[in-house]
Amino acid sequence: MARKLKMRIWRGDADNGGLQDVTVEANEGEVVLDVIHRVQATQMGDLAVRWNCKAGKCGSCSMEINGKPRLACMTQVASYGDEETITVTPLRAFPVIKDLVTDVSFNYRKAMEIPSYEPPANLKPGEARMEQVDVERSQEFRKCIECFLCQDTCHVIRDHEENKKSFAGPRFFIRIAELDMHPLDTLKNRKQKAQEEHGLGMCNITKCCTEVCPEHIRITDNAIIPMKERVVDVKYDPLRWLGTKIRKREGIV
Amino acid sequence: MSGVFSPTRAKIKERTLRTDKWWLQPAITFGVLISFVIYATFRAFENKYYFSEPLVSPFYSPCLSTSCIEGSSPLGQPFNNEYFGIGISPALLILIFPLGFRMTCYYYRKAYYRAFWMSPPACAVAEPHTKYTGETRAPLILQNGHRWFFYFGLIFNVLLTYDAIIAFRDEEGHWGHMSVGTLVLLLNATLLWLYSLSCHTCRHTLGGRLKHFSKHPVRYKLWSWVSVLNHKHPTFAWISLFGVAFADIYVRNVASGAWTNFYFF
Amino acid sequence: MTNLERHSYDVVVIGAGGAGLRAAVEAREAGLRVAIICKSLFGKAHTVMAEGGAAASMGNVNDNDNWQVHFRDTMRGGKFLNHYRMAELHAKESPDRIWELEQWGALFDRTAEGKISQRNFGGHEYPRLAHVGDRTGLELIRTMQQRIVALQQKDGKTYASMESHLKVFPELTVTEIIKEDGKVAGVYGYWRETGAEVLFEAPAVIIATGGVGKTFKITSNSWEGTGDGHALALKAGANLVDMEFLQFHPTGMVWPPSVRGILVTESVRGEGGVLTNTNGERFMFKYIPDVFKDKYADNEEEADRWYTDQDNNRRPPELLPRDEVARAINTEVKAGRGTEHGGVFLDVSKRLTAEVIKKRLPSMWHQFYELAGVDITKEPMEVGPTCHYVMGGVEVEPDTAAAVGVPGLFAAGEVAGGMHGSNRLGGNSLSDLLVFGRRAGMGAAEYVKGAKAVAVSEASIKAAADRIEAPFTRSGGENSYSLHAELQEITHNLVGIIRTGSELKEAIEKIAEIRKRSANVSVAGGRKFNPGFHLAFDLDNMLLVAESTAKSAISREESRGGHTRDDFPQLDNKWRQINHIASFDGNVVSVRKQELPALPKELFDLFDVHELEKYMTPEEIAKGGAR
Repeated sequence: MARKLKMRIWRGDADNGGLQDVTVEANEGEVVLDVIHRVQATQMGDLAVRWNCKAGKCGSCSMEINGKPRLACMTQVASYGDEETITVTPLRAFPVIKDLVTDVSFNYRKAMEIPSYEPPANLKPGEARMEQVDVERSQEFRKCIECFLCQDTCHVIRDHEENKKSFAGPRFFIRIAELDMHPLDTLKNRKQKAQEEHGLGMCNITKCCTEVCPEHIRITDNAIIPMKERVVDVKYDPLRWLGTKIRKREGIV
Repeated sequence: MSGVFSPTRAKIKERTLRTDKWWLQPAITFGVLISFVIYATFRAFENKYYFSEPLVSPFYSPCLSTSCIEGSSPLGQPFNNEYFGIGISPALLILIFPLGFRMTCYYYRKAYYRAFWMSPPACAVAEPHTKYTGETRAPLILQNGHRWFFYFGLIFNVLLTYDAIIAFRDEEGHWGHMSVGTLVLLLNATLLWLYSLSCHTCRHTLGGRLKHFSKHPVRYKLWSWVSVLNHKHPTFAWISLFGVAFADIYVRNVASGAWTNFYFF
Repeated sequence: MTNLERHSYDVVVIGAGGAGLRAAVEAREAGLRVAIICKSLFGKAHTVMAEGGAAASMGNVNDNDNWQVHFRDTMRGGKFLNHYRMAELHAKESPDRIWELEQWGALFDRTAEGKISQRNFGGHEYPRLAHVGDRTGLELIRTMQQRIVALQQKDGKTYASMESHLKVFPELTVTEIIKEDGKVAGVYGYWRETGAEVLFEAPAVIIATGGVGKTFKITSNSWEGTGDGHALALKAGANLVDMEFLQFHPTGMVWPPSVRGILVTESVRGEGGVLTNTNGERFMFKYIPDVFKDKYADNEEEADRWYTDQDNNRRPPELLPRDEVARAINTEVKAGRGTEHGGVFLDVSKRLTAEVIKKRLPSMWHQFYELAGVDITKEPMEVGPTCHYVMGGVEVEPDTAAAVGVPGLFAAGEVAGGMHGSNRLGGNSLSDLLVFGRRAGMGAAEYVKGAKAVAVSEASIKAAADRIEAPFTRSGGENSYSLHAELQEITHNLVGIIRTGSELKEAIEKIAEIRKRSANVSVAGGRKFNPGFHLAFDLDNMLLVAESTAKSAISREESRGGHTRDDFPQLDNKWRQINHIASFDGNVVSVRKQELPALPKELFDLFDVHELEKYMTPEEIAKGGAR
């Protein structure tokens, strides 16, 4: 059944902007992105919104819906009450470009700072052998669709612009964890770099990244905390440090 | 103006546009934790009603000081904690370890950073602080010492399990009896084991730190089990906290004579 | 224009999906300076949607597999209309391309021996698809995205800047490929964010823009699939080959809009899904062709019994081949017995309990429940044909991916034609991207070595700039959203999954009319991130694609693979020798016939001659392949 849906949509750019009220038809089974498209086609032809696959697989339509960072294509209108007004704003951790579109280039810059995968020098194509149990941890992190909702919700940068230069953010902590747990990666100092250059120590594990992840990646429990523990192994644990001096132990490099 | 009010961000005056009861969870956390702290402080200074043969309160175990109530020190009394003529409650020294374990616990950190520090109070709710450095400098860098408290926590779990076992005795010290107090101490010890074993550090130590699970099948199995428990770590954190408090309340009431420790046999 | 943003590169890659990124990696590794342009953010390309896997005959699961078997499967799938050389290169090189991804950090699912696991897929004789759960496309994109970053980091160490030799330009639309003296000289476009115009001067351009799905009303493609590369190539003087071949799936969701176009797998019908029209009639019984009468049940009782006793009953007609099911749905809808959204009902809830459905069709159930609130255990789905993939595309030289007729232009991936013939096998598109993406990069590198950069003339710049400005100078003209909707209606109804000559004729006339009206599109609002403005250009591209498809389709008087003619329902071996070549003179698209290159003897001999008799004329068979 079609119904009239009340929405408040943030419109504007870096200089100015505010929430605008609209009423739009919403049909059964529609998601917020559908009604935004209807607003675009019928009322605001130049409403800027970023989207792509509309199936929760590309991570383009990230925005904040009733104050929560979400994918608009994965948020059903029916999950809100009949009388409820749905408020839609751009991501609030990044510079706004126009309407619901923000400048997420911060994330691509950070991606370039993470040291890449380093396979063993003598490994020939097709000769790699890896066990399924050894790749599963990293595979979880490779499910990431780079919607950057975790980056948006993380208070370290959301609430402190100045931290952006020294903090890579949850998306890239799972990238670092992915590589550190990759069975064939040979780069030695990922843990130190995570702590000293990418700001792992800034994270106070308040878990908002995990809460907003549309892929249900357990960012905090499976990536950030294990990385913090690995950092302790190499930086803050004198016994382990001594152990590595005496005999080479797996996992501590 | 920083954070969500920085000049480049979308101009929105509200700290958050969340419409749900986002403040409820931190408020409950705050209430429960502060109640526990007040009660534990009171009990630590009270320095009595912590032993009633064969039950010893977890707040006062292991009681290793010459000032301990007679019979509450099955491991002996190697310490004399009387300084400058003042007897310090043994609980004050004992509680450092379990409290340290909980203070540095990855789950409790989340809970109190949100509820007490409001850093952040809830997801996508702007925090009140103007500066933030996380766990990169003192004192919070000490959170990295969680594993030491974890090791101590294990010792305490052994001792409290021992306390539960010796509670299979009657008031005269004869074995083969069981009271409500026995069950309370057993439950307490079990919950503490679950809390410790589900801990992130435990998960890391048992297997998480390995690069190749396939080369360590036993440790992989252990890691897998602990991973299952680890999902429930927050739950264990809370119920074991209640368990410890309740065990102490029970022993205190029995020791003060308010309650009678009912024996099943 | 004095303030125009200008860049100069050796190669410009348009499109950052699998093919574009693979091409960029190859060109950069060959020492060139490369720009990658994409309409979306980096890493969002439609490639992420690919679920099944990438076909490569590594033989990890069954060691009987090899390139010859893969080649045979591909040719059969394409009904022998494939360009043999492309199918050959693809089959030979796919394994190396997959292993290379692994060297770059991809983590495929593993076999017990620790090799890359491979799964079965329709049309492939052996388990052949390297995969990661059901997100293989994402793994491909991410791996190459990270490979690009790795190359940039390497450049950062050698040169001052990480982006000095390889740079991504996201959210930028290319409106023109500029030629000077008959050769590629650069591309012109605008930033979607600001509307500001940009010129890239480059002697080589690689088109890797993917598909054309948005030309149709119901499609599984994202908004980006507007045939930009097809149109850019046409306008630059290149040809499109066999544009009549589109892969439609008979059962895509048509409603609600949140899942429109998403495929409903055939297993839903296999598990007991029943098709009904709005009268509640289980209509498939009316559509059993005579040749299938002995295999398919003609009454409900027998059809229902088949699910429990397959030996003594004939199959339910819902399980007829794809094109038969599509034709039936199409006929029902056109006869007015379809839903208001142009579909019919597919119901699995009446036969199976909720638990069984969730167990046997978990991802179907989950997808529709999560994305649309549709509970397929309780209610029927509304389904109809959905456009999925275009086999046709830019005519290229197989070895270099160079576009025929335009020096300096290359094309790879879905936008290139020939590889898949009349029908693509599942899993062959991901490997196609890798194989021909790399070849396009190599081809461009080779070309650039011998080519001098040509300066773009002021006249060309002005022409391109005027075209971008045009919609803003008009007021009160046509609205691009409604023209797009009209076009989709035409293609969906008249050039869709089942075609007839009279309808195609009507379509060609109507498309021409919309093209005329589209010259008068006006845009409201400014240039800054204005979707109405963006659509104006996409629309132009889709119109060219639709025209090419309709004109190729009306010419091909047979049914083959992704082209089904109701008035010519049979495969005709004479048509196998014919490719349709579409070209554009600036006003209209014209389609001519061109002879398909004959299978060389060594490839001809890979097949049983009796099999080839099904596809080839006796004369071709007698020749025994080209020598």
